[in-house]
Amino acid sequence: MKSRLSLSVNGEAHDVLVPVHKTLLEVLREDLGLIGTKHGCELGECGTCTVLVDGEPVLSCLALPADLGGREILTVEGMAEGGRLHPLQQAFAELGAAQCGYCTPGILVTAKALLAGRPTPTRQEIKEALAGNLCRCTGYTKILDAVELASLRLDHSGLTSPNVGRRRPGEGAPTANETDHSGLTSPNVGRRRPGEGAPTANPT
Amino acid sequence: MMRLPPFTYLAPRTLHAAATALAEHGADAMPVAGGTDLFPNMKRRQFEPKVLVGLRGIRELTGIRGRGREGMTLGAGTTLSAVAAHPEIVAHYGALATAAGLVSSPQLRNMGTLGGNVCVDTRCNYYNQSHEWRKAIGFCMKKDGDICLVAPGSSRCWAVSSSDTAPVLWSLGARVRLVGASGERVVPLEALYRDDGIQYLTKQPGELVADIVLPPADGWTSAYLKLRRRGSFDFPVLGVAVALRMDGDRVGEARIVLGAVASQPRPAPDAAAALAGERLTPELITRVADLAAGPSKPLDNTDFTHPYRKKMTRVFVARALRALAGLPGGGRAAEEVA
Repeated sequence: MKSRLSLSVNGEAHDVLVPVHKTLLEVLREDLGLIGTKHGCELGECGTCTVLVDGEPVLSCLALPADLGGREILTVEGMAEGGRLHPLQQAFAELGAAQCGYCTPGILVTAKALLAGRPTPTRQEIKEALAGNLCRCTGYTKILDAVELASLRLDHSGLTSPNVGRRRPGEGAPTANETDHSGLTSPNVGRRRPGEGAPTANPT
Repeated sequence: MMRLPPFTYLAPRTLHAAATALAEHGADAMPVAGGTDLFPNMKRRQFEPKVLVGLRGIRELTGIRGRGREGMTLGAGTTLSAVAAHPEIVAHYGALATAAGLVSSPQLRNMGTLGGNVCVDTRCNYYNQSHEWRKAIGFCMKKDGDICLVAPGSSRCWAVSSSDTAPVLWSLGARVRLVGASGERVVPLEALYRDDGIQYLTKQPGELVADIVLPPADGWTSAYLKLRRRGSFDFPVLGVAVALRMDGDRVGEARIVLGAVASQPRPAPDAAAALAGERLTPELITRVADLAAGPSKPLDNTDFTHPYRKKMTRVFVARALRALAGLPGGGRAAEEVA
C-alpha cells in the first residue's frame, strides 16, 4: 500500500506517493531521481548512503521516509550553492581525494556536518567523524587532507560570514596554498595547522 | 538488491498507544526505534513482521534526566550519540559513555537508540547472512531451520549477545522500566536476559523498554573494553565491563560483566568477590583476571577464534582494572586487532 509523504530535500518540498517500506535511499534514488546518494551494502555497514537529516549524518538505507516528515534532508546534490562547489567538494577535486568516487557523496556530507559543528577539527577528529564511511580506493590520506584544506579555507573565510564557501580561488582573503595543487608535496596544504600537535600516523 | 519486505507502519505518539498496538497485533507486530538492527535483519528475511510499530515519534521515550549524584533516568529512545556525549554520563558513568560511543559507526549511533542496543538481536556467523546464503548452507534453528550449525548436537541456539551497553549497564546496577498494554514494571537489567540465542530476552513481546534507570554513581568508577577486528562498524566479539566502588585505597564493591561470550551478558562474580576489601595491586589484578576468564565460554561463531577470545578475556579484565587503578598498561577503550 502506498502512502503520500511530504519530504524536504535540499530545501525543496517534495510530495511522493511511495510504499511505506521503501527506504529513504530508495525514495531518493528511484522516486526523486537524486542518484548522487549511493547504494552500497544496504545494511548500515559502509556509509556510502549517508545523508544529513537536520544536519546530522544518518544512513539513508536504514531510514524510513515516513519518520522524516518535517525534517530537513540534505544530499550531496544540495551542497553546491549557486552553481559553485562547496569548499569540501572543491578541496576533494583539487587534492584528488576521490578515485572511483563511490564513497565520495557520503563522505562529503559527513564532513560537512563535522565542519558545521567543529570548524577546525584535528586530524584525529576528522578520522573519528569519518569512521563510518568506508573507502576502498584512496587509503583515506587524501580524504583527510581535503577535509583539512576545506576546514582551513572555511575557517579563514569566517564561518559566521554570509559568504561562507562562496569565495572563488584567488578572490582575496588569506588562503592556504590555494593554488598549490600538488597537495601532499606541500608542507601546508591539507596538513596540520601550527601548534596542532605531533604528526599522526596514516589511518591504515 | 535487498529490499525491506512489505509491512504496515504505525507511528503512535504515546507509549500507551504503542503498547496497545503491539498487544492488538500480537505475533504479527514488532516495535522499531532506530531501525539499525531490525531493518538489516528484515532485509535478510530474519524477521518478517506484518506490522511495525515505530517508536520514533514518542516523546516520552527520549531524554536524559537526573544527575550522577542522585541517579539518572535515560529514555530508551535516546540515541547512542546522545548517551555517549552527555556530560553527566561521561563524568559519572564513564563506561556507559564509552560503550555507547563504540557501537558501530557515527551515522549508526545518530540513529540507533540505547533501548535498541539493550535489546539488540543475538548474532552468529550462521545467522547474520542473506536468505540465499542461509538457504544454501541449510537453515539454522534461529530462523527457518531446526538445528544449530555451531553445535549440531545441541538442542539450543548459541547465538551471541552482541550489545556493548548491556554488560556495562549490568555492571552499573541499572534497572529497566518495561511498559505493556496492561501495566508497567521495573526490573534489574540482568533480569531482562536469559542464556538462549533465540529467546534471549525475558520481556513479553508486547512490552517495551521505556527507561534505563541508573543508581547514584557516588564513589563508583567504571571501564569498558571492546574487542573487534576494526576500530569501527564491528560488533563486539568480547566486551569487558568493570565497575568499582572504592573505599579509600581498597575496593569496597566490584562488578565484572562480560559481553559477547554467551547468549546474554555474563557476570564474573568470583572475580568480583576477590576484589572486595583488597588493594588493586598488580598481583591481585592478575589473579582476578584469571578468575574472570572462567565464565567466559565463547564458541566458534563470531569473528576471531574462540580460544583467542577466551584468552583475551583475561587480558582485557586486567587492562580494565589497571586503567581504573591508574597503573601502567591500562587498556584503551577499543582494541583494534588487524
